[in-house]
Amino acid sequence: MAHDSLYAAPTTAEAEPGAGRLAGLRGLVGSWDAVIVAALVVVVLVASLTVENFASGRNAQFLLLDLMPLALIALPMTLIVITGEIDLSVASMVGLCSTLMGQLWLSSGLSLELICVLVVLLGAVLGAVNGLFVTGFGLPSLAVTIGTLALYRGMSFVVLGDQAVADFPADWTAAVVRAIPGTSIPVVVVPLLLLAVVFGVVLHATAAGRALYAMGNNDQAATFTGVSVARTKFWLFVVSGAVCGLVGIFWTLRYASARGDNATGLELTVVTAVLLGGVSIFGGRGALLGVVAGVLLLGVLRNALQLADVDANALTIVTGSLLIASVVLPNAVADVRARLHRRRQRHAVAS
Amino acid sequence: MSLTDAGAPERTAGNAPTDPGRQRRSRTERLLAVRELSLLIALGLLVLVTTLRNDRFLSGQSIKDLLLGCAILVILAVGQTLVIVTRNVDLSVGSILGLVAFATGSLFLSAPGTPWPVALVVGVALGALCGAVNGALIAVARVPALVITLGTLYAFRGVDYYWASGRQINAADMPPSFLRLGNQTVLGVPVLFVVALVVVAVVGFYLRSYRSGRELYAIGSEPAAARLSGIPVGRRVFAVFVASGALAGLAGVLYAARFGTLDAAAGTGLELQVVAAAVVGGVAIFGGSGSAYGAALGAVLLTTIGSSLAVLRIDPFWQQAVVGALILAAIGLDRLLALRVAARLRGRSAHGA
Repeated sequence: MAHDSLYAAPTTAEAEPGAGRLAGLRGLVGSWDAVIVAALVVVVLVASLTVENFASGRNAQFLLLDLMPLALIALPMTLIVITGEIDLSVASMVGLCSTLMGQLWLSSGLSLELICVLVVLLGAVLGAVNGLFVTGFGLPSLAVTIGTLALYRGMSFVVLGDQAVADFPADWTAAVVRAIPGTSIPVVVVPLLLLAVVFGVVLHATAAGRALYAMGNNDQAATFTGVSVARTKFWLFVVSGAVCGLVGIFWTLRYASARGDNATGLELTVVTAVLLGGVSIFGGRGALLGVVAGVLLLGVLRNALQLADVDANALTIVTGSLLIASVVLPNAVADVRARLHRRRQRHAVAS
Repeated sequence: MSLTDAGAPERTAGNAPTDPGRQRRSRTERLLAVRELSLLIALGLLVLVTTLRNDRFLSGQSIKDLLLGCAILVILAVGQTLVIVTRNVDLSVGSILGLVAFATGSLFLSAPGTPWPVALVVGVALGALCGAVNGALIAVARVPALVITLGTLYAFRGVDYYWASGRQINAADMPPSFLRLGNQTVLGVPVLFVVALVVVAVVGFYLRSYRSGRELYAIGSEPAAARLSGIPVGRRVFAVFVASGALAGLAGVLYAARFGTLDAAAGTGLELQVVAAAVVGGVAIFGGSGSAYGAALGAVLLTTIGSSLAVLRIDPFWQQAVVGALILAAIGLDRLLALRVAARLRGRSAHGA
């Protein structure tokens, strides 16, 4: 990341000796994951009690469907940000995959199954281009993916112009919004959960996952411990592209419309959700559980406020404030704690 | 052309020799100066090709439209240069522009008699206030500006939507003297563009010739070293965000004057275009190098591409793709130049030792 050394990473308040019994509790409460999960629970409870129709099955179904693209892309984005990079081109990749799916369906005569496979592969290729620029040429990912953000979005307009392809078979478009029989949970949540588990296991339980944290903390040190930094980052960008291909398919089928402007602006929401989930933009810190909770918190809050008749556009105040609070509060708390700690020590010395 | 600042050698040199001969400095300067030159050449070629295809591209009206079209982007890109040079980024400029534009319209709506200079001052002050919010939050949170300004991008835009609540302000609500500001010309040059030129000149001169301007490059090159050498890093960064906000506010007022019709969505998505203009203009995203002139030329180039594609009868849908390709080419070129400079310095150190 370009902005790593201007402000030192917040120092975590040093562990206080002698706080024995409380230390475990504080460790639990102090972790950002726990804070976000707690906030999520509180918001869901308050919303169910006060907002009409929030707790209905139908609303839950729409809430989850709306969250799908955000949740899916947040998974690879988490890994990328942990390594200290960023991918701002995700929404444009979704758009390009969507229009290519439309164009292929319109003119190629291939079966939709084959088209879906092609689209995911294509997403992977788009991601590989990002990866090549970042790791092959050693360029900052922030600048590269701002470039491909424009490039891919432009190409998605080139593919379909301002037209939309909408005549997808009804059984396909119905399939993506169908709920699991007997519940109001959409079927598509199942592959999302599977993917989340895979990403979680890879990140937290494998050597490769630990290596991502090492890279985020110090590229060079990671290289010296035998981690192939460039190759790993390259494949992360490829995975990010492939997931965007999946999201492109989902987006196209859910709204039964392949358009050049699909998913415009989603990249900033994804980054917001990831940072809200406690992943450090410096790289090297964060957990997938927090990100999943962050995505849900963002989605639930928006959904509840929308049901409560708050203008959808004005809701961006909530998104922005949450993001700012999520980075300002932990630091402020750490500051206050450190100050209290110092004062207590001075008292101890004085007495 | 010695417009560029030679902030890069310190970065690219790495563990290069410590004999900062004048020769080395002049050579890197020459190398870096190529950026403004190459931008001008690209711009000239683009205009030439387009004019050969359709000679009305260089007619008075067309040029006027072009200058009018790029003025706002130029102002924003110059503000962004100040920020990026210090190794930060301000993603909230599009939202600040939107908020200030709507505020300007509302001011005229609620107080119809307001003279336009008052509106201008109010707009710039509001922009500076937004910038101060950014700067203060960054100082408190000690996190990269990317995160904070991403947050305020949403927050300012949300405030804008909340305030507007679906209303639209039309040209009829604004005084004619103010709207004339957006279309009037001085000696054939649009007033808007003159304002942009003044901004470019002032910021360019400041960055190049003022002590605090040079300190911004030092901060961007190596913040820790800048702090150790006694530069008030926190204060400078705060000031830079206030300046960027104020310039976005100025752009917002001009936006209102130019377009007349305002809703809460004005300037949405502009931030990435602004960063793109700066990057194409040779402002390194890592900070420490680049000039206001380059960024302004980058903004002009991006705008010109848009209008010449239309003249060349190339599908306008290609425009964004071309811009993206240009960004990649620009940062690739920067990287190549930096590597060559580094290699040359290494070669010389081996020779000298």
